[in-house]
Amino acid sequence: MNPEPLLLATPSGDVLKLRPEGPWTAANVTTLETLSRSVGAEVDRSRAVTLDMSGISALDTLGAWILEKLSRKAASSGRPAEVVGVADHFSGLLEEVRQVNRHTPPPVAASNPVLQRLNDLGKATIGAREDIAIFLQMLGALFMAMVGVLRRPRSLRLTSLVYQLNRIGLQAIPIVVLITFLIGAIIAQQGFFHFRRFGAESYTVDMVGILVLRELGVLIVAIMVAGRSGSAYTAELGSMKMREEIDALSTMGLDPVDVLILPRVAALVIALPILAFIGSMAALYGGGLVAQFYGDMGPAIYVARLHEAISVTHFEVGILKAPFMALVIGIVACSEGLRVKGSAESLGRQTTTSVVKSIFLVIVLDGLFAIFFASIGM
Amino acid sequence: MPEPQAEFAIRVRDLVVGFGRQTVLDHLSLDVRRGEILGLVGASGGGKSVLMRTIIGLIPRRSGTIEVMGQPIGGPHGGSRAATWGILFQQGALFSSLTVRQNVQFPLRENLVLSQELMDEIAIAKLEMVGLRAQDGDKYPSELSGGMTKRVALARALALDPPILFLDEPTSGLDPIAAGDFDTLIRTLQKTLGLTVFMVTHDLASLTTVCDRVAALADGRIVAIGPMRDLLQSEHPWVRAYFHGKRSQMLQPQMR
Repeated sequence: MNPEPLLLATPSGDVLKLRPEGPWTAANVTTLETLSRSVGAEVDRSRAVTLDMSGISALDTLGAWILEKLSRKAASSGRPAEVVGVADHFSGLLEEVRQVNRHTPPPVAASNPVLQRLNDLGKATIGAREDIAIFLQMLGALFMAMVGVLRRPRSLRLTSLVYQLNRIGLQAIPIVVLITFLIGAIIAQQGFFHFRRFGAESYTVDMVGILVLRELGVLIVAIMVAGRSGSAYTAELGSMKMREEIDALSTMGLDPVDVLILPRVAALVIALPILAFIGSMAALYGGGLVAQFYGDMGPAIYVARLHEAISVTHFEVGILKAPFMALVIGIVACSEGLRVKGSAESLGRQTTTSVVKSIFLVIVLDGLFAIFFASIGM
Repeated sequence: MPEPQAEFAIRVRDLVVGFGRQTVLDHLSLDVRRGEILGLVGASGGGKSVLMRTIIGLIPRRSGTIEVMGQPIGGPHGGSRAATWGILFQQGALFSSLTVRQNVQFPLRENLVLSQELMDEIAIAKLEMVGLRAQDGDKYPSELSGGMTKRVALARALALDPPILFLDEPTSGLDPIAAGDFDTLIRTLQKTLGLTVFMVTHDLASLTTVCDRVAALADGRIVAIGPMRDLLQSEHPWVRAYFHGKRSQMLQPQMR
């Protein structure tokens, strides 16, 4: 084992003689800090300080700085420290350390917590306004890109669109089917369980049909797509932003909205109604299975009851909402992606924001649609 | 620094490294002496960075031995090597969620027990030693210029005062003035701290001005090693092409 570092303090008259010994290196930092603190009082008491460096066996920046701090402590109260016995191969390092930490930056002024709160509130308010502006800006940019595509259909990025459709549409089907199937089954089970008390079991089918087709099918699928595909969009665009790929596109005369965002949002707008339809069917199927095995209602009766209970209107109300939800998810995901700044942390934050915001907006939109459809009597 | 116990800081013997069917390093041997600055040159994609990353243990090797400060790499003492070497990655590899000061403090915080006050002082001392100001400590890596990023990365690499410093293309992406300053800085730090420096570089100017010896890597081995003068006289075709190509010739008069 290496020997422990030592700091010998011998007062001789008014002069305090300090003699550090052993390895003054980063590995022994805990000992070194204790040592330098222990002689602090003695340095304050004595008139002059001599620092005898001849006993040091190893020295690095950390050790040199602790010694420099001791000699500065002495010098600051008008007792010059004399440094003697410096070995040649340490002199460069000690000289270097003497230059550093001369200008301490002014400490950051502590802020009033009330003012800080108000400041945050103000920032959040301005931020919310900015969010709306960004949303509308993106909507406008998408609309312009759409008009451009309608004028020159060849400018549509078909390959990219098909690729995105595969990724967020086709590949999402298994998980969408699984979740909506389970939701449908759970609703049917709850319906049978509670309606049985009133002898109104057959109305379970009405509930499942209307609930799934009008509200739940599309809402559940939209939330899942926001979590699954919206977050992927944000992360992709964000990391492209970080690596200056989006700037590269712009300098080549291409509009990132045309190349990256339109195919993604268009793919969502096409895929979400399809997924919502598939999801609704899976939920009705789940309800049917529960009806047979839990509610003692055969498939023929289930289908016949469904036929009576629901109309095309219910289906229309559900599926009409899907493209609008897709648009909201797409716009939020892409604009959050473009707001990513240089750091990995900001990418993570923006992805979280994207998912939270798009789920929130999807639910708000669903509420607005419910009011709208009720007032037009659908 | 204590008297060197061994002459060599890094010893590489018969090193073979490959990926899949491709062999990148083929029975390569290399010695780096204590306290020298060794420059490593080689073709792009020729295995310079692979050699460096194998020495620091990021890439597994097929065969051969590597000793750093007398300790075999990947042997039974394969624990933390943070105090043995500092590494300056090509892009800086600063942690983007930490400030500059926290980046420099990170190795200290993880490896040592010391007070926050001392840690702050050491971090500022390191930043000032690499030519930055104390105020720069509160910036985030995304707010730094290329030259500053390299300096911060160097300060972080030096945080624990390691005896060996690995530099991966330290001057790439810097303007000639900044690159020259950086070379001088490395030279100064190497002298004051007694470092051994292993530098992968393409910069002919830094090879001539700061490197004590230069090693040329071609076809998976070291084909020439020695002071710059010797390498300029080397007869190996690749080394000749490297140092006597058009670009190099243009620089020759200024390099002398």
